[in-house]
Amino acid sequence: MSAVAPPLPYRVADAWDETADTRSIELVPAGRELPPFSPGQFAMIYAFGVGAVPISASALRGRHGGLVHTVRAVGAVSTALCRLRSGDTAGLSGPYGTGWDLEAAVGHDVLVIAGGIGLAPLRPVVHAVLDRPAAYGRLVILVGARTPADLVYRDEIESWRGPARVEVTVDRPGQGWRGAVGVVTTFLDHLDLRPDRTSALVCGPEVMMRHTARDLVARGLVPHRVQVSLERNMHCATGHCGHCQLGPLLLCRDGPVVGYDRVAQLLLVREL
Amino acid sequence: MSLDADGNASPAAASDGLVISRGGMAALVDVLVRRGFTVVGPTVRDGAIVLAELRSADELPYGRGVELEAGRYRLRERSDGAAFANSAGPQSWKAFLHPSRVREWSADRVGDEVVFTADQVTPPRYAFLGVRPCDLRAIAVQDRVLTGGVYRDPVYEGRRSGALLIVVECTEPGATCFCVSMGTGPAASPGYDLVMTEVVDEDGHHFWARSGSPEGAEILAELPGHPADPETQETARAGVAAAADRMGRTLPEADLRELMAGTLDAPRWDDVAGRCLTCGNCTMVCPTCFCTTTEDITDLTGDHAERWRLWDSCFDLDFSQLHGGPVRASSRSRYRQWMTHKLGTWYDQFGSSGCVGCGRCIVWCPVGIDITEEAAALHDWTRSGAPESAPESP
Repeated sequence: MSAVAPPLPYRVADAWDETADTRSIELVPAGRELPPFSPGQFAMIYAFGVGAVPISASALRGRHGGLVHTVRAVGAVSTALCRLRSGDTAGLSGPYGTGWDLEAAVGHDVLVIAGGIGLAPLRPVVHAVLDRPAAYGRLVILVGARTPADLVYRDEIESWRGPARVEVTVDRPGQGWRGAVGVVTTFLDHLDLRPDRTSALVCGPEVMMRHTARDLVARGLVPHRVQVSLERNMHCATGHCGHCQLGPLLLCRDGPVVGYDRVAQLLLVREL
Repeated sequence: MSLDADGNASPAAASDGLVISRGGMAALVDVLVRRGFTVVGPTVRDGAIVLAELRSADELPYGRGVELEAGRYRLRERSDGAAFANSAGPQSWKAFLHPSRVREWSADRVGDEVVFTADQVTPPRYAFLGVRPCDLRAIAVQDRVLTGGVYRDPVYEGRRSGALLIVVECTEPGATCFCVSMGTGPAASPGYDLVMTEVVDEDGHHFWARSGSPEGAEILAELPGHPADPETQETARAGVAAAADRMGRTLPEADLRELMAGTLDAPRWDDVAGRCLTCGNCTMVCPTCFCTTTEDITDLTGDHAERWRLWDSCFDLDFSQLHGGPVRASSRSRYRQWMTHKLGTWYDQFGSSGCVGCGRCIVWCPVGIDITEEAAALHDWTRSGAPESAPESP
């Protein structure tokens, strides 16, 4: 006998809007439970009859004790996932992939840099660092978004001010925006970075990660202390479907979180 | 114990193996069928030598050869009656080990709940008759890809674990073959249960058979034949050695992994993109290409859903689709992905080359793109003072 393991049924405990096109869903096991996720790891989430997509966990323990995923409706599956309501069932498999290497950041300042929904896979990092403040140096969180309306977790971000230094910027301010305008890397000049004892964790659009990582290295961070979370098409998450290749890497297996030292050159090759 | 040509028991073929006749080949298929195997081997169908279930050895392509060139495949008669004097056809064993279409599981809405059901399948026990050495290596390559990592593909593993591999060494390479360049043939490497070398000479039509596993030895012991004589062994070895000297193609003698990694910006990719139709034929016929996609379907009630897995091709525009569009939109980038993966990054991902030198991608390319010619062009470019492969600016 040989059988491919189907996903496990998980029930939607809660689902809520983050922005106009982005929702978070908290999933609790309907029966058997998946092994625990680490910050940065992802699940394949299956919408009944539509398909499955890889989504990094945006909180490891939600208000109902479940896994939280934040999904932007950009395709058929993600749109179906955004339509889920409390009580609905989704299929979940995982955890897959490398997580953020937080152990390597112990004793360091932790610099979290997020673009748009890229804050989702980084939010468990913020939670983990806030849970163990003694283990790390300063926590700095830089968040960028296209417009104020695209900012996810706005209230929670405000709650991080105090224990962390938080800076938020948008590309296109609307009326009433009194914060910073511009790309997230502009903050780097005003941070009093301690490059020899800083670990940076970066997630956002690939072009943003490329520029951010390059700027961090230019400011003296060692490339392997800059971690990025990359995204590619994925169908299996088990290293067998071939879709998530980035040159020598299978991002479901070798990623999604990788040291910038491993991908700096790869990210410069168009259409790799 | 084995039986000689008269059906008498003879000392079992020791390390030197057994010489069997066409009758012995017929007996082999019968023994395999009797042992419960689904026997798959080469046979002529639709103007090609394909791999299909065999009920008897009569279905083997006795007296059929092939004429191969880039973008061209033709059957031709052989006066010597040889069954295995033909190189790779359009299929490979992955069609059986890694099927093109598999239902993985189904899901049903039952009241408020969704019930997932794994697709429990007991795969047939295959005996592959006539595996060429290049294809034996291709199976080993797919073993590593699909069962060598943290996650093992249960579909492949279930079909592979019970499969009996009967290799026939290569004595008649095609014009598109380059197994010598890849170190995969024409002689068989270990990994088979039985290996045979076909000999047609003045003494008749024989197969020199040796075992490579206990099960292979058991089967060999059931076949009529006589212990291998030195002359037959010598003729067989000479035939395989001669095949090595008659390769139709070669790959440049360079570190191919380095060559691929260092030529991502070569203008040759634009040249090949001007010819490539991105049809994906090369990936379908390649014995190691393993990529798959998923297809999720529902029935008319909407309460029953199924997950299917299908072969996919990196030449398909959807293959690299992300929100916003495909990562690899140009045909240049898609051909480059296929070839650099096959010859280069496969080493990084799975510890070996992804190419075994079977030449199928050359033969079945509708416009005759030749991976050996493309590799040679890249190699020439690096030697003709190519700019230090500076990465493109972002």
